[in-house]
Amino acid sequence: MGAGHSHLLHRPGHSPVHALPPHCKIAATFGFVVLVVATPREAMWAFGAYAVLLGAVAATARIPAGFLLKRLLIEIPFVAFALLMPFVAEGERTPVLGLSLSVSGLWGAWNVLAKGTLGVAASVLLASTTELRALLTGLQRLGLPSLLVQIASFMIRYGDVVTAELRRMSVARRSRGFEARGVRHWGVLARTAGALFIRSYERGERVHLAMVSRGYTGTMPMLDETAATRAQWAYAAALPATALAVCVMGYAL
Amino acid sequence: MNHTPANPGDATPSLEVSGLAYAYPDGHQALFGVDLTVGKGERVALLGPNGAGKTTLVLHLNGILGGGVGTVTVAGLPVAKQHYAEIRRRVGIVFQDPDDQLFMPTVREDVAFGPAAAGLRGAELEERVRAALDRVGMADFADRPPHHLSFGQRRRVAVATVLAMEPEILVLDEPSSNLDPASRRELADILRSLDVTVLMVTHDLPYALELCPRSVVLSEGVIAADGPTQDLLCDEPLMRAHRLELPFGFDPASVAVA
Repeated sequence: MGAGHSHLLHRPGHSPVHALPPHCKIAATFGFVVLVVATPREAMWAFGAYAVLLGAVAATARIPAGFLLKRLLIEIPFVAFALLMPFVAEGERTPVLGLSLSVSGLWGAWNVLAKGTLGVAASVLLASTTELRALLTGLQRLGLPSLLVQIASFMIRYGDVVTAELRRMSVARRSRGFEARGVRHWGVLARTAGALFIRSYERGERVHLAMVSRGYTGTMPMLDETAATRAQWAYAAALPATALAVCVMGYAL
Repeated sequence: MNHTPANPGDATPSLEVSGLAYAYPDGHQALFGVDLTVGKGERVALLGPNGAGKTTLVLHLNGILGGGVGTVTVAGLPVAKQHYAEIRRRVGIVFQDPDDQLFMPTVREDVAFGPAAAGLRGAELEERVRAALDRVGMADFADRPPHHLSFGQRRRVAVATVLAMEPEILVLDEPSSNLDPASRRELADILRSLDVTVLMVTHDLPYALELCPRSVVLSEGVIAADGPTQDLLCDEPLMRAHRLELPFGFDPASVAVA
């Protein structure tokens, strides 16, 4: 329980990228991903240029390549899906290494792989240079409804509490000789889930009571009013601006 | 056996409850006319068996429950809908489970929540948070997430969250529950060092004797006794009648209280 999940992705540091206000980084990442997705898949060199851009950001943020690549593994299910496409897609076929593969499927797979990998890499970079907390305040500053931000921040705060509760229930079950083996025991697990739901619901009521007792009226007070300077915006904009140039060239060439 | 506080005349009492009766919507009546006055600066223990109506009474003090008969006033201000914001600033309730009380991602933000909800911002807010954390000795933990603290530390932060609102009266629900003896003593030292009115709901009779010169016994929805804590704890028939039991080997008469 010691290390909260907030630390899994975040890699603390003092690089210029870490120091940028979170809302600048979120906007820059979002802009970058949109541009990557908008680039025509035939402009293969453009994706290489995007990868170089991300590499430059990672270098500025002093994120080691190994760290980044390990976090990229989350993409594997999509990769599997992409690898299937050349085999199942319809249309014109072309022989590759003795296999007959669909041309449109190959393009589709390339499209999913290239854009997906770049998108995931950009998100991993954002997550590893920005604390979860800061991401939320950034989203709030960018105009995400405060209710959604509140829900997300409660998830961060109570994730560990609920997990600990689940673990205690599991310890209590096993201490009385219960071991989940096969379908016959699913009923017990389902009742555990139900009990956990009720407990969490009741905790929610008690938390709300405590909030109301301290003057909660429906909105969270914004504490850290960190406005971004023009220079910080310009710095953050370097990534999407260069990406825009690449994207435009991708259409032109 | 109604005892009046030491100096009732010299200031508006922090808390005045009169004729308070309340039945829950399901018909179960929890309070049958409670009268209680707590003078400014007093530390009073609210004792009583499980189901005596202690929590119900506490939730009336800041208007979470209401709609029954009787009145509650906090430092002269009646608990009524139009005053809820001010009442909730004046009455600081520390709930039993610190995980319920501490709902923000960091200690600092949690302590800032109450004053920020009251409109405080910037340096003034920062100063208020620092002062409150200092008073419970937790200033070094301001940027930690609450779930990384020990239980005793979380309880102390929970006290800080209400101290930050500079309340007229501090209401503690079972402050010593689940604490190891060292944390228990640390919390006692903190509570003694505060110059606010304290109403402490507890089953921990030695703790009440240690901290509160005066106690009231709430039993079956009425105040059954009100007097110096030591006198009440030594009154065996009274204690038996209200299911109050001292820990094994503890003799309240043997302790010298200030």
